[in-house]
Amino acid sequence: MRPIIRVEDLTHTYGINTPFCRSAVDGVSMEIYEGEFLGIIGHTGSGKSTLIQHLNGLLQPTSGKIYLEDRDIWAEPKKIRDVRFQVGLVFQYPEYQLFEETVYMDVAFGPKNMGLDEKEIDRRVRASLRFVGLGEDMLEKSPFDLSGGQKRRVAIAGVIAMEPKVLILDEPSAGLDPAGRRSMLENIRAYHKERGTTVVMVSHSMDEVAENVDRIVVLADAGVVMSGTPHEVFSRAQELMDVGLNVPQVTQVAMELKRRGVDIDPAVYTVADLRRALNALKRGRAGC
Amino acid sequence: MLKDITLGQFFPGNTLAHKLDPRTKIILVVLYIVALFCARFFVSYGLVALLLVMSVKVSGVHPKALVKGLKPILFIICFTAVLNLLYTPGEALVSFWVFTITREGILQAFFMVLRLTMLIMGTFLLTYTTSPIALTDGLETLLNPLKKLHVPVHELAMIMSIALRFIPTLIEETDKIMSAQKARGADFESGNLFQRAKALVPILVPLFISAFRRADELAVAMECRCYHGGGGRTKLHVLRYAARDYFVLTGFAAVLGGVLVLAHFGL
Repeated sequence: MRPIIRVEDLTHTYGINTPFCRSAVDGVSMEIYEGEFLGIIGHTGSGKSTLIQHLNGLLQPTSGKIYLEDRDIWAEPKKIRDVRFQVGLVFQYPEYQLFEETVYMDVAFGPKNMGLDEKEIDRRVRASLRFVGLGEDMLEKSPFDLSGGQKRRVAIAGVIAMEPKVLILDEPSAGLDPAGRRSMLENIRAYHKERGTTVVMVSHSMDEVAENVDRIVVLADAGVVMSGTPHEVFSRAQELMDVGLNVPQVTQVAMELKRRGVDIDPAVYTVADLRRALNALKRGRAGC
Repeated sequence: MLKDITLGQFFPGNTLAHKLDPRTKIILVVLYIVALFCARFFVSYGLVALLLVMSVKVSGVHPKALVKGLKPILFIICFTAVLNLLYTPGEALVSFWVFTITREGILQAFFMVLRLTMLIMGTFLLTYTTSPIALTDGLETLLNPLKKLHVPVHELAMIMSIALRFIPTLIEETDKIMSAQKARGADFESGNLFQRAKALVPILVPLFISAFRRADELAVAMECRCYHGGGGRTKLHVLRYAARDYFVLTGFAAVLGGVLVLAHFGL
C-alpha cells in the first residue's frame, strides 16, 4: 500500500518566546495509507487535535514536513486551500459551525468554495446527506431546528460533500447517546466501504476504535508510542496502560480470564472475537 | 494569532504594585491622570514622568509590555501630534502652502504626545498589575455611594466581570470556528472589502449563537445558585486598606500638589 499522507518529524510548539511555551506535537513521523481506516488514539492533551490540524494545513509546523501524495503541502502556501479540499477535517463538536439558513446551503458551503457548478453541488449535497443518514426532507429545514445529533450529521455532510481523498474525524461520537454513537459509526463505516477513500478517526474510546479501524496509531506525550493492527496494539496492553490508556472492555475480560488460568489469547478486541474464542474453548473442553 | 491580543492582560506578581488594594490603585490612577492634565511644562511633566517610571520599576512590569500597549492608539497619537503641530498659533518657524509650523506648535505637539503616551501607560500599568476580578471589585466598592442615587452599581460591576471573564472564552471559540470554516475552504484573506465582510458571516453567525447559548446557560447556573442581585451578599475577600495604601496615596497626592504648584508658576 502506498502512503497518501506522510508526516516527517513533525514538531509544533505553542507560545514560542512566552512563559507558556509547550510542544503539543514533538518529532512525530507517521504514514497514512491510501484507502485504510486509521484510528488515532491518545488521552486528552496527547497532541491528537494538533496533529490532525497539520494534516490539512490549518496549522503550520514549527519544524518537519507533511507530504500529501508525495508533495510537500507547504511547498506553495498560496495553494493550501486545495489541500483542505483534499483532506477533509471534521472538528470535535462540529455542530457549532453551522451558519446557513437551510441544511442544503450549509452542506453546499464547501463545494461552493471549491468553485463547482450548481449541478455538481446539488449532486454532492444529496449524496453526502445520504451518507450521514439524513433524508431529503431535511434539505430545506433550518439547521438550528434540528436535534444535536442531526446537526452533527449535517456538519459532517458538509465536509464529505467536498469529496475529500482523506476524511479526518475528531471524536465524531463524543457526547452522543449509545444508539446515536452506534449509528454514527455505522454511517462512517458504510461511507468508508462505499467510497473506498481513506478515513482517519481520532478517539480516546478504545472500544470504538477497536471495533472499526484497520490500523491504530497511539499518541502519548506529544509523540507516537505505538502503531499497528488492533491485534498488534492490544497485545501490548501493559504498555498502553502505562501511558494512561485503557484497552477495550472485551480485552480486559480476556486478560482477566487469562490471568485466572483460562487458555485464551488476551489480545481479542471485538465482542464477536471473544465470543468465538470462548465458544471454541467450550467446545474444546466438551470434547475431552 | 487571535490569542495574541492583549486586552488589559494581567501579569501576576508579588510586588508592592500588585499588593496594593485595588481601590487605592484606581484612586492613584485618577490622581495620576489629574496630575498629567495639570502639568504645564518640562518640570511638571518631568515630575509626573518620574512618578510613572518609579511605579513601573516597583511593579516589575517590563517596559516593553507597556510600549506594546501603545500600538493600537499609535494612529490617534500621530493624528493629534500633526494637528497640534500645524494649527497652534504663535511665533512662525517654517511656513509652506497653507500650513505654518510655530515654536508653540512644536512644544504643544510634543506635550500632547507625551500626555497621551503616559496616560495609556499609566492605565495599562493598572490593568497589568490588577486582576480583572479585583479591579471590578474595587470599582464596585468605590462606586457604592452612588447606590443612594439608585445607580445599579452591583449589577454594573457584575456585567463588567462577566464580560471580562468571557473575552478569552469567546476568542478561543472564534479561533475554533474560523478553523472549522477554513477546513471547508472559507477564505478570509483575499478579495475586496465587501467580499471579506461577507466572508465573516460563517464566523459571526455561529459565534453569536454560541454567545447567546453561553449567556443562557450562565443565567440558569446563577439562578440555580440563588443569585438575586447585590442585596445581602457578602464577599469572600473583603477589601481592607493597609498602611502601605495610605503611604502610597499620600505620596501620589504630594506629587499632584507639587505639579499644581509648578504648573501655577508655568514650569
